[in-house]
Amino acid sequence: MAPTDTSAPPRVPFWRDPAKRALVFQAAALILVFGIGYFLFVNTQANLARQNIATGFSFLGNEASFEIGESVIPYSAADTYFRALLVGALNTIKVAFIGIVLTTILGTLVGVARLSKNWLLSKLAGGFIETMQNIPVLLQLFFWYAIFYESFPAPRQALHPLPGVFLCNRGLIFGIPLKDPAHGAMFWALVAALILSWFLHRWARLRQARTGQIFPAIRCGLLLCVTLPLLVWWGYGAPTTMDMPVLRGFNFTGGMTVSPEFSALLIGLVLYTSAFVAEIVRAGIQSVGTGQVEAAMAVGLKSGQVLHLVILPQALRVIIPPLTSQMLNLTKNSSLAIAIGFPDFVAVANTTINQTGQAIEGVALIMVVYLFFSLSTSFFMNWYNKKMALVER
Amino acid sequence: MMKPPRTRIGALGWVRANLFNNWYNSLLSLVTLALLGKLVPPLFKWAFVDSLWFSSAEACHDVDGACWSIIPANVRFIFFGFFPQDQQWRPLLAMILLLALVFYSKDRRHWTRFLLWLWPIGLAVMGTLMHGGIFGLPVVETSQWSGLPLTLMLALFGMFAAYPLGVLLALGRRSRMPAIKSLCVVYIEMIRGVPLISLLFMSSVMFPLFLPEGVTLDKVLRAQVAIIMFTAAYIAEVVRGGLQAMPRGQYEAAESLGLAYNQTMRLIILPQALKIVIPPSVGILISAFKDTSLVVIIALYDVLKTTKVTLSNPKWAGFSTEAYIFLAVLYFVCCYAMSSYSRKLEKALHTGR
Repeated sequence: MAPTDTSAPPRVPFWRDPAKRALVFQAAALILVFGIGYFLFVNTQANLARQNIATGFSFLGNEASFEIGESVIPYSAADTYFRALLVGALNTIKVAFIGIVLTTILGTLVGVARLSKNWLLSKLAGGFIETMQNIPVLLQLFFWYAIFYESFPAPRQALHPLPGVFLCNRGLIFGIPLKDPAHGAMFWALVAALILSWFLHRWARLRQARTGQIFPAIRCGLLLCVTLPLLVWWGYGAPTTMDMPVLRGFNFTGGMTVSPEFSALLIGLVLYTSAFVAEIVRAGIQSVGTGQVEAAMAVGLKSGQVLHLVILPQALRVIIPPLTSQMLNLTKNSSLAIAIGFPDFVAVANTTINQTGQAIEGVALIMVVYLFFSLSTSFFMNWYNKKMALVER
Repeated sequence: MMKPPRTRIGALGWVRANLFNNWYNSLLSLVTLALLGKLVPPLFKWAFVDSLWFSSAEACHDVDGACWSIIPANVRFIFFGFFPQDQQWRPLLAMILLLALVFYSKDRRHWTRFLLWLWPIGLAVMGTLMHGGIFGLPVVETSQWSGLPLTLMLALFGMFAAYPLGVLLALGRRSRMPAIKSLCVVYIEMIRGVPLISLLFMSSVMFPLFLPEGVTLDKVLRAQVAIIMFTAAYIAEVVRGGLQAMPRGQYEAAESLGLAYNQTMRLIILPQALKIVIPPSVGILISAFKDTSLVVIIALYDVLKTTKVTLSNPKWAGFSTEAYIFLAVLYFVCCYAMSSYSRKLEKALHTGR
């Protein structure tokens, strides 16, 4: 290269100017992406035209004409595809919600057990975690489904572990209280108790800040939540009639039936995900320095207070972000329901694709719905995380 | 000097310290022991005492215990699926080659430039062995690839193709160029937000619509593309973590030496960042390996699907528990080996900071 004249500002050719080069790169990337997109779009249009498939979402209004095994809202084959997909989405939400709650509980228990000083318990928890983490979740689903269908007896010989609970190849069947106006009132009593305890908690905190006196707000709140609904129940004449399952012919009538598909899906997802949650909880608790615990004990806090006031607030900060992604994983993995015949959103959408040929719309709907689930879960968890996060300076 | 009391040392002392050190631990131990006592003996009896290992299917129906015979009787199909019977030495050889490669790479002293060349060559040899067409090997179409080789191929090629793509995406996500950055962010978040099976569906039902008339892509290859796209998004996030962990000083030092962007990345940043993220990358490899089982849903015959086909044979129907436990052990051994190796590596690479 020729030596440059040092007296004048160096003239940079445009391909060496970072700012201009960046523009060129970006333009190239955009042209490439949109070019590929356009190429795919043109091909797709041509293919669809050749196969006589109309694009658009108007098929959602057509009659679905397929049955769905279980649904939260009333549904029949005469309903539209839209309603069928709604049923699928609600089934996904049902599995995901119950699954997330159970996973959090089981995962926390196993994670704490892993740290227990009890050798037996800690080793068992470790074995559980390793086993569940290292076996594909789909295989676990197949396994539990096979257990329900092959190892459990027919309804006539149903296992009967507890009074009113039956376990057979039709699923888990148990008695539920017979419908009674008291239940509605008990629900509202519980809501009222929850609101009251929130106010109680606030008042107790303010009072402690003002006077330093501690009021057992949590215990009182719990007591309120238990006694208020019970009082209402007693006020309604304490109805105890149960709707018990009875064997009639080849199947049970009455009571509540949880289908083998739903049970297998739930058991598989919960066991698989809780192993990951357990590791997260363990790591979170271990991240709190021993000095913190020792200091808390030194100022005279009781062990419950140490956990509540010192360990948990710090551990949760470490736990929440990875816990969020595990919850999202559980929701996404619930799409494996299709493999064992539980009608979740993906299963219904797949049937729709097969019947209508609307592959693009179907897959797009699946993606949009799961993105919506993911984004709303992470939105909620990020809000919670922000609430819990350490505020520095 | 006085010895400690006898109850504090030896086996008795150990039991006292680890199982019965206070009242609730004692209670927990007793409850756990009681549960184990109720569960383990019947399971043991089922799996080992009343079980049959090498018998016919008919004999299995007459015993109460496990029928492990389903495995030896069908092992060829479970492992190699529809690969032509007389050619099955080829996938076997490919898997042995793979195992040898893995064992060779385990040792950190072998991590040289040579190894970096060895892997692509090994994979190419494996691919040739599987596909044939040269050296007088008859061609075996990918539609006949099934069983364990398919599982391993999908996972390995997925990882190998996804890694560079993931690194590029991670660099793009950290780029100062807004258009490139947002393209990468949209890609990563979109892919991570949807389940893998929706991508697999896309590859099986939507992809054929994308291609010009007359052009078709093989089904296995389409699934492979979906797995690569999916894995790359996860790798991108892992690598981004590594890039974020690089102190600013490293960038500034590179800049002050007058290095250009790609020199900085190639010589300074990426070698360090990628070293940090080796353990989480193994984690991604493990999930990629487990996730290949999802191709069952779009009817590819991986090892889980060949097992299911075996089970659909009326002769062997009803022994799913045994077959699935066998598969679970197979997956467990592979994944556990990888995860314990990754833990060891994490310890070895942790240079104390």
